[in-house]
Amino acid sequence: MNDDVKLGGLAWHLAFLSLTAIGGGVVLVAPDVHHYVSVQNHWLTDEQFAACYALAQAAPGPNLLFVTLIGWMIKGWLGAVVVTLAAIVPSSCLVLALGSVINRHGGGKGRWAGALRDALAPLAAGMLAGAAWTFLSVAGAGWRGIVLALAAAAAAYATKLNPLWLIALGALAGAVGLV
Amino acid sequence: MQDGRVGCWGLFKVFSHMAMQGFGGVLPFAYRHLVERTQWLTAAEFGQLLSIAQLMPGPTICNLAVMVGQRHAGVAGGVSALTGMLLGPFFIVIALGTAYQSLAHHPLFVNAMRGMASAASGLILATALKLAVGMLRSAAPVQAAAANADGDPDLDVARTLFWRRIVQIALLVAAFVGLGVAKVGLITVVATLVPIGFVLFAFVWRKP
Repeated sequence: MNDDVKLGGLAWHLAFLSLTAIGGGVVLVAPDVHHYVSVQNHWLTDEQFAACYALAQAAPGPNLLFVTLIGWMIKGWLGAVVVTLAAIVPSSCLVLALGSVINRHGGGKGRWAGALRDALAPLAAGMLAGAAWTFLSVAGAGWRGIVLALAAAAAAYATKLNPLWLIALGALAGAVGLV
Repeated sequence: MQDGRVGCWGLFKVFSHMAMQGFGGVLPFAYRHLVERTQWLTAAEFGQLLSIAQLMPGPTICNLAVMVGQRHAGVAGGVSALTGMLLGPFFIVIALGTAYQSLAHHPLFVNAMRGMASAASGLILATALKLAVGMLRSAAPVQAAAANADGDPDLDVARTLFWRRIVQIALLVAAFVGLGVAKVGLITVVATLVPIGFVLFAFVWRKP
């Protein structure tokens, strides 16, 4: 835990970012958050940052909780609460203000919403791949890590296996020294 | 929409329940609870709200919770549903973080975490792959051309679909390179590529 952390700066940064994370969920903020907390400010090591996502993935609930863990690791309970609120409050307010309006007016099925959806689909896929790449380069497992990630991706894509099993198998592969 | 009134406490309970079951993704449990168990939504309403939730920024599942909560009990309902979704998992994640910090010096544990992190990035990759394959399948130019195989306008449809596919692939690659490799930042990627994609798909190559 750090005493020189400017929690306000992180919260502000995250609030902005979460409003930009369209189409792929909060995972998309990962590359920017990594740059902010690990490269620029050295609050977390690469290893800790990668662990935050892996642990959140192993827990129940929305994956956005990986930012909760980042907040907790750098500033304890206060950090966890502030960072979680920063990630969730702006987008939720937007949904409260606009969600029911959009639903009343045809539920986003019109021409403009259609074009927006068409634009977001490839971007979400590309940005998610970019976020995955960030985590992979941060995890520090080299080419073996890449092979493991590709195998996990193939298994998750081709089967209906619960992702939790893949996480557990990944942990096992790491523990026995394969990665 | 629903039988009888659903209060804030009811919303909190149902969303807590589905969140705590949602190891590796809450969405399948959201369907089970909202459509099958409580029947707060029909399958069609669920699909509709989900597609709006995906269009809005922020986590899809939380956006869905806010909208369902708001339908039943206004703003307080939206907040209750969202709180239910996050409160239990919040403490579980922190418990895992505590365990992580107390074990962080154990070499076996460090190795296991490295494998876990690699697998977790693979799961993100799988989501990207599903989105990409679904997108490319839904706009296959060859199929469309075969489906309406006569006359001039159909040729136009095939050409539009061809260009739509090219643009889709270009946007996908640009988004990956921008966010993951060149690291120009999420805001730059979204602010540049969303308008480009929107203009191209709304005016130049509209869905035929």
